[in-house]
Amino acid sequence: MMKNILAERLNRGWQGILTMPGWLHLVLIIGFVTILPPFIGNYWTHVLAYVGIYVMLGIGLNIVVGFAGLLDLGYVAFYAIGAYSYAFFASPKFGIHIPFWVMVPACAAFAAFGGALLGIPVLRMRGDYLAIVTLGFGEIIRILINNLDALTNGPQGLLRIDPPTIGTFKFTTPTHFYYLILVGCLLSAFFATRLNNSRIGRAWIAMREDQDAAALMGIDILKYKLLAFAIGASFAGVGGIIFASKMGSIFPDDFSVMVSVNVVCLIIIGGVGSIPGVILGAIVLIGIPEVLRAVAIYRLLAFGLLLVIMMIFRPMGILPSARRKLELKKED
Amino acid sequence: MNGLLQIRNVTKRFGGLQALTDVDLLVEEKMIAGLIGPNGAGKTTLFNAISGVYAPEEGSILFLGKEIIGKKRHQITAIGIARTFQNIRLFPNMSTAENVLVGHHCQMHAGVWGAVTRNRKTLQEETAAQRKARELLRFVGLEGREDQLAKNLPYGDQRRLEIARALAVEPKLLLLDEPTAGMNPQETLSLTRFVSRIRDELGLSILLIEHDMRVVMGISDQVTVLDHGIKISEGPPEVIQRDSKVIEAYLGRPSERVRKRPLPSRQDL
Repeated sequence: MMKNILAERLNRGWQGILTMPGWLHLVLIIGFVTILPPFIGNYWTHVLAYVGIYVMLGIGLNIVVGFAGLLDLGYVAFYAIGAYSYAFFASPKFGIHIPFWVMVPACAAFAAFGGALLGIPVLRMRGDYLAIVTLGFGEIIRILINNLDALTNGPQGLLRIDPPTIGTFKFTTPTHFYYLILVGCLLSAFFATRLNNSRIGRAWIAMREDQDAAALMGIDILKYKLLAFAIGASFAGVGGIIFASKMGSIFPDDFSVMVSVNVVCLIIIGGVGSIPGVILGAIVLIGIPEVLRAVAIYRLLAFGLLLVIMMIFRPMGILPSARRKLELKKED
Repeated sequence: MNGLLQIRNVTKRFGGLQALTDVDLLVEEKMIAGLIGPNGAGKTTLFNAISGVYAPEEGSILFLGKEIIGKKRHQITAIGIARTFQNIRLFPNMSTAENVLVGHHCQMHAGVWGAVTRNRKTLQEETAAQRKARELLRFVGLEGREDQLAKNLPYGDQRRLEIARALAVEPKLLLLDEPTAGMNPQETLSLTRFVSRIRDELGLSILLIEHDMRVVMGISDQVTVLDHGIKISEGPPEVIQRDSKVIEAYLGRPSERVRKRPLPSRQDL
């Protein structure tokens, strides 16, 4: 089922390039990324794992921004909540060691709770105002983490966080985490696709299109906004726990406003509302700066140039969602 | 007599402007009630009060015998009042089928769990909703357009789609706000017939705001006339057509019509 839906999206995105059935693309891509690590070495496996975490964040934020149309610039807050929740319960800091797999749903729930908490005061805001308040919220969480020394060790960070384990097997190498993150990405894409093609997804999109008309069609706007914030945040919570377990130590600086900016950018570059777009956006935005390390000091300059070229030639993103593509085509 | 919708002494002010004053209105089951009046008479304000967009300061609005003032918009929709808009307000970047499915929101129950797991209950509900959407699109004459984006439909079809979307709510009362606005005479005629069909085939009540007198007089069982927020007349179409107060509201007093401004005197020139 999941294959069909994802494949359908991929197929739509690549129509004309390849004519084989969509599910085959998906199988090929998953197969390709599965066998990749031994061939590319530790460094690139690590880079791709990092890209993968951003794919998860992008898919989550895409629910808030792409589906529900709520511009959230403080998404890093939920990433931080996920990471620190795990660090509190699985590090020597408090001497508690709850298994990773128990903490995954717990961190998702904590982040979702944070999302709902942010949602309540901003329910009546739209557009720019919402963006500014959420931006502030992201900073508040980072500053809190930086200053709540008793809980978070402040700038010294939380160290020696437990790695995930299965029985006696411990996740330690970049390759282990690569596969963990790959599974995370696949599950995120699956959940997001299912949500998008449901009664809930339709309610979100209707709300994005015309909030008042949606309310008069029987959609409880407050409830669906809160739901979008909470569900979107839960993806970041899971991204956060994986990040914390992978790094083994986390610091307030890992959760700067740049994380939010990057996630919003990768959604826009990939194509708002499109899951293949988010994946490609993460590769471009997070992966390419690494590739460009070869040109050292010109790295960010070259990257900026790439972005500008992109915005000129593909303003709707690299792989816009089917809906957006339809919009563009009809406007020609 | 107990009507489906009973509006009693409703007053709505916007600052100093008295948009509705002491308005009464009764819509009975399976009735087409026309609501007419010159521009700014408060027709759409009354619609907004019924559908929960504004809360009137005074009076009561009973639907199925229950007070609905103070209820939220989506709650009012859920208990069976659906509406269309004077300026079309479809979801422009959703397909026609999706637009209708959004209207069906309240009749469906799938939550997050159902959406993610796609269990049998959700699938059944979704298939039934899709079938219903296709039926409604056929009913309004939009079959075969399921996948077209709403904004790419011709104007008249957008009006029809709005009605289909409202019907997907499965309402007991349908509020139509100027459904024939901007239509040519043929389109107007076919839409008028269509509104009668909605009542006859689906058995629901319709409250209709309309500017085109032929439409209102042709299909309404009862016509209510508002002017400056006050109900000035009510009754069967034949009576309304001959009511001097209504003619006055639309055309002015006979004496006013005859009397012109005095000619400017030589000094003014």
